[in-house]
Amino acid sequence: MNFLKSTLAGSMVFASLATSALSAEDTIKVGVLHSLSGTMAISETTLKDTMLMLIEQQNAKGGLLGKQLEAVVVDPASDWPLFAEKARELLTVHDVDVIFGNWTSVSRKSVLPVIEELNGLLFYPVQYEGEESSKNVFYTGAAPNQQAIPATDYFLDELGVEKFALLGTDYVYPRTTNNILESYLKGKGIADEDIFVNYTPFGHSDWSKIVADVVALGADGKKVGVISTINGDANIGFYKELAAAGVSADDIPVVAFSVGEEELSGLDTANLVGHLAAWNYFQSAESDLNDEFIETWKAKMGEDRVTNDPMEAHFIGFNMWVNAATEAGTTDVDAVRDAMYGQEYANLTGGTAVMLPNHHLAKPVLIGEIQEDGQFDIISQTVEVPGDAWTDFLPESAVLKSDWKELGCGMYNTETETCVQTLSNY
Amino acid sequence: MKQLLLAALAVLLVCFSATAQETSIQPVLQEHQETILKSSRKTIGPAIDAIAASGLPQAQAVLEAWANKEMWSRESDGQFFKGEEAEDKQVRLIDFDTGDVVGAIAKSDLKQLKPNSGIRAMISTALVRFQLMDPDPAKRQDALTSIQRDPEASLLEPLRASFESETDPVLLAQKQRLERLLTIGYDTDTSARITAIDDMSGDLGVDLRATLNPLVATTRAVAPEAVPEGINVAKILSPGEDDFTEAQAYDMLVAKGLAPPRIPDDAIRNALADNISGGRVAGFPLAILDNDENRRAAYIRLAEEGLAPPFVTEEQIQASLGQHVFFDSYADRSPEVTEAAVAALRKIDTKVGLNQSLDLVLDALSLASIYFLAAIGLAITFGVMGVINMAHGEFIMMGAYTGYVVQQIIPDHTISIIVAIPLAFAVTFAAGVAMERLVIRWLYSRPLETLLATFGISIALQQLAKNIFGTQARPLTSPGWLDGALVMNDVVSISYIRIAIFVLALIFLGVFLFIMKRTRLGLETRAVTQNPRMAASMGINPGRVNMLTFGLGSGIAGVAGVAIGLYAKVTSELGSDYIVQSFMTVVVGGVGNIWGTLLGATMIGFLQKGIEWLNPSNTLAAQTYMIVFIIIFIQFRPRGIIALKGRAAGD
Amino acid sequence: MQRSFIAKNPSILIFLALLALFTLGVTVLSEGFGIGVISTSFVKTLGKTLCLCLIAVAMDLIWGFTGILSLGHFAFFGLGGYMIGMWLMYERTRMIVVDSLSQSEIPATQSEIVDAIGNQIFGVVGSSEFPLIWIFADSLFLQLLMVVLVPGLLALVFGWLAFRSRVTGVYLSILTQAMTLALALYLFQNDSGLRGNNGLSGLQNLPGVTASQDAVSMWFLWASAFALGAGYLLAAWVVSGKFGSVIKGIRDNEARVRFLGYSVEAYKLTVFTLTACIAAIAGALYYPQAGIINPAEIAPIASIYLAVWVAIGGRGRLYGAVIGAALVSLLSSWFTGGQAPDIPLGVYTIKWVDWWLVLLGLSFVLVTLFAPKGMGGLIDLWTDRRSPDRHGADLGPDAGALREQEAEQ
Repeated sequence: MNFLKSTLAGSMVFASLATSALSAEDTIKVGVLHSLSGTMAISETTLKDTMLMLIEQQNAKGGLLGKQLEAVVVDPASDWPLFAEKARELLTVHDVDVIFGNWTSVSRKSVLPVIEELNGLLFYPVQYEGEESSKNVFYTGAAPNQQAIPATDYFLDELGVEKFALLGTDYVYPRTTNNILESYLKGKGIADEDIFVNYTPFGHSDWSKIVADVVALGADGKKVGVISTINGDANIGFYKELAAAGVSADDIPVVAFSVGEEELSGLDTANLVGHLAAWNYFQSAESDLNDEFIETWKAKMGEDRVTNDPMEAHFIGFNMWVNAATEAGTTDVDAVRDAMYGQEYANLTGGTAVMLPNHHLAKPVLIGEIQEDGQFDIISQTVEVPGDAWTDFLPESAVLKSDWKELGCGMYNTETETCVQTLSNY
Repeated sequence: MKQLLLAALAVLLVCFSATAQETSIQPVLQEHQETILKSSRKTIGPAIDAIAASGLPQAQAVLEAWANKEMWSRESDGQFFKGEEAEDKQVRLIDFDTGDVVGAIAKSDLKQLKPNSGIRAMISTALVRFQLMDPDPAKRQDALTSIQRDPEASLLEPLRASFESETDPVLLAQKQRLERLLTIGYDTDTSARITAIDDMSGDLGVDLRATLNPLVATTRAVAPEAVPEGINVAKILSPGEDDFTEAQAYDMLVAKGLAPPRIPDDAIRNALADNISGGRVAGFPLAILDNDENRRAAYIRLAEEGLAPPFVTEEQIQASLGQHVFFDSYADRSPEVTEAAVAALRKIDTKVGLNQSLDLVLDALSLASIYFLAAIGLAITFGVMGVINMAHGEFIMMGAYTGYVVQQIIPDHTISIIVAIPLAFAVTFAAGVAMERLVIRWLYSRPLETLLATFGISIALQQLAKNIFGTQARPLTSPGWLDGALVMNDVVSISYIRIAIFVLALIFLGVFLFIMKRTRLGLETRAVTQNPRMAASMGINPGRVNMLTFGLGSGIAGVAGVAIGLYAKVTSELGSDYIVQSFMTVVVGGVGNIWGTLLGATMIGFLQKGIEWLNPSNTLAAQTYMIVFIIIFIQFRPRGIIALKGRAAGD
Repeated sequence: MQRSFIAKNPSILIFLALLALFTLGVTVLSEGFGIGVISTSFVKTLGKTLCLCLIAVAMDLIWGFTGILSLGHFAFFGLGGYMIGMWLMYERTRMIVVDSLSQSEIPATQSEIVDAIGNQIFGVVGSSEFPLIWIFADSLFLQLLMVVLVPGLLALVFGWLAFRSRVTGVYLSILTQAMTLALALYLFQNDSGLRGNNGLSGLQNLPGVTASQDAVSMWFLWASAFALGAGYLLAAWVVSGKFGSVIKGIRDNEARVRFLGYSVEAYKLTVFTLTACIAAIAGALYYPQAGIINPAEIAPIASIYLAVWVAIGGRGRLYGAVIGAALVSLLSSWFTGGQAPDIPLGVYTIKWVDWWLVLLGLSFVLVTLFAPKGMGGLIDLWTDRRSPDRHGADLGPDAGALREQEAEQ
């Protein structure tokens, strides 16, 4: 009995939601698909707040196409299958015109089939491993050639590193990134035995042996550098152990791809000074636009909050979408997509980001040194690097390219000149 | 060579100063303005050399300011100044030559020079010459660190020259050691190098190995007929032996252009595709080319027609391998030195191996003590009382958060830890007592349901912690005297925080034994555990004893939480990271016996480190195999390592 | 047999009727085949809930009736999902690859096709070789067989080792938990050959099927409802006969049953393996609806939640397990989905997203303490099935059971 009742009650809720969607036709709906609970909540809640702030700002400017924007926030609760379910709900029940969301790769892979099936539009704001190009997704975060490769170049050229320790958490982003880096380094003449790879579980805390292994790499007189794709909490133990072992950034520099301002706020950074991170944005970037962005953010969220790279990605992505929709005169997905190519918008770090036909952005790459106050000192900034969906450094994907504008194909084999697939294979 | 260079530089310098009578360093800086502003390690070399070789007294100050990110460039005229940040986004500029304040300028009109650590290392190397004789011992230390990081041939002479004036015995010892290392690497006299190698042999330092290894590093090469003259050959290789396969050898030949490449499958395919005519390739219809056999046949016909390069046959491969000699050669030209280095390294390697195993043992002990610490509270509640407390991990978490909160109130790390430990005990003791009174005592006869009820408490507590402290990891900083590591040599070291945890684990073991064997509470606990009714009839209040025992176990978990938080992190999931391992520690060791728990923790710690050592690239695998091993172990010793015998073992 | 099996258990008929009614109702209201009141995403939720009910029935069989608190049944559920997922991914990728390769002039060889499939599936995790475990992935029939065989075999081996060495009670619970943890950690590794943390994705798209998800989701709902009905019937049949009496005997006093000459281990092993197979089938139906399976799904916490559902629903009653699973999982998604209204308390606003787990945890404690019979106990009240007066004497450790009364039946 109860079983039936509860299901009925549930369906009533959904039915009422469906009707409320009909009555609110005079707004443009923007879906926000970020986890507000569970393990990823810590990172994703910030992005939800960023989206709400951006939408509020846009509405204050008069909305879009004469209508107000309305944010539809759902909580996929860090549960990957739930991402797919919530995406379907956003597109079919709430009829949103665009979705901003996701953090982890696995959640993106979960959402992809739904977005492609229902022809939705997703803006994905986080640095990721590449090897993907969906017609329905715009990747505003960094592809490997916009973060990992420049950072490795920096290690090779600027720090003179000859021996690499690739440490990562065992999941897809570090795995693929390290794979690309390994093959890139070999291309640069680094021998097999000079690349040490290690994978640890999420939240790993026992780092003594790994740090000892890394220190021991220096025994053959080559300069050692660590490229870290260690995720989240595990960084804390790692940096603590590094500090305890007396490893300074001058001896063994560490460049991290997943440590930003937000992550550092949980750490005592005194021992980390000088270690590096590579991103497309740092809060310490000096530009008027950035000052303004930080000020609005702090005014909304509190003085002690920091800004970070995925926030900038949403900032650029959202504004590009607004401009593209204005240009197209509609929020229809196909029209907006066509208008997106070539869209330009100012970066918070100065310069402009351009949306490429492969759905990636051209953005500058920044390398920062960790400072005592938990901020980064930007010591290197490149010109805009165009994002590459399929890396040039793995033999299988070197022949692939993505061009939705001219070729209408996200996985085009330049060798055989055929389109491998137009829908993603998740 | 080096002296020549120095002399040439000196001559240049004399000319320069003689003609211009220059006393300002600004022109030198201006000359290299572009490279300095570009700030790339690859191009900066000449600029640093020019400043260092300018012979001006300001050179040292300029380089130091530069390395400390205190050098600014004025955008209006490109002049360089030392700058100090002032109020209102202004920078006070100081002239390098006079030391006078030039004035304050808005930050936006200036460019701060931020040398990266690669450039900073080059600057420090340039500074070594100035700093080796510096009256300030700290600067001399800087110089030595810099030599250690980037040893260079040119530094050998200045280093030797600085011995006499050195007053600090510690620094002198360091200098002597560095001198030996530089001698091995860069001295021109072979016998001096060999003497230095002999002097140092048996030393465990990473720096010595870092000096020796490049000498004996080999490169693999191939030559037609015989090894060329003047090469210090390490080994002549024969293809097919010693991990040097014929395929590798042939690939080397191909890479050198000494042999034609083999035809891989995709080359066959491409060649076929290039030669399609009228739906056929070399007479083969396209449709049958869907297997390798037919493709090869078609390709052979193409090759016969001269449309594609022919296959390389096995005989051809053997023939070209036979015509060449493969060898490994040392980078260093002197066979005497490489021989001595190889011998020294061999000696060191055994020592290093021994020390590495010692280090692994220490790591394993440390991990074991962490598991023991996490499990000891459980050894009381589960081992002695038989209560499954799934919220045990959350008590550990509560202890860690107590430490965090105390640290927010008391900023001094030492005092805050001293306060936090008893406070964490008190908080979790109270929580444990409350839980025992409210929930567990009703469920003593239903152990499986205790498991579920305490699990309910566990998820509630975990979520509560998230609601209060957020999901972000919170810092719990250890006091300064626990920073760093006890370094026995360059191989064996263990951080003080781990030693502290080890000591804490030992203390807890002692406390546990004392309470159980020497106090009234312990006696009563054992009595109640064995037979509650009999104990009650002897005038013991079982309810009270259970309550206190449970509180004790929980309290110890809280203190463990502070320790674990210090060494790792404080998050709401801290407890659940340890709960399964803790249970397994107790179960593997044998329920009801603290020595069993100790053995269990030791076994798990050593096992995990052992597996990690076997498979260093995948820590996750180590954890997986450890659990599988434990599952299998329990199948064969279901009562653990130390099993209780007799009536006490009854269910 | 004097009375028929159904007649002895009227609750089965009621349950099946309600299930049929429910399925019919959803069909009529669905977007795919009806008037479109229930959205497709909610149909998927309902379909998944039916699968969860099925594994809850399995859990009830092993825990409520046999007394083995397994904290590892989600391992079998997940394995079932992985097995069907392998075929779905392989076949879908094969179709893409064959399609793409057919554009080139030279027809592809078999090994080229397989390489290309491997490259597509494993390219994302930086590999391209097919691991050995994918050996049957090209055959739907074999892979369907694996859905039952692999988890069944794992349960058989694990159970045989555990029961043989007389691991019982909480030890067994911890051991099963360790098993699922080990499996989850193993699958998390990329080297395991099942795409590590990313798992298998895009499972909702059936290869070769062009029907929209509106229809596909209904097919799966029907299949899940059928499986639940069949599973329920099977479970009810198992517990009603002599076999059922023996396993209930094992639950209440294992030693006595052993002394009566029954091979306790064989009975336990049979139930353990059977429930593992049911769980695997539930998983194989669940994950094509969820769309993605990854190792996080089989983390120990999932299996503990399963125990929570069954406990709240009521152990030792099959319908109790179904009620518990349906109610708690639907409520969970309602509360965490942000649809439940916040409660403003003036100084503090209770957000259900934050407080739902606290509420669940505490209500779980309360259920264990005060209503060990769970929600099924409410139905007892309704049907006036009271616990017998025990005259003060406790029957054994599991005081919540209805042994005396069951003994009379």
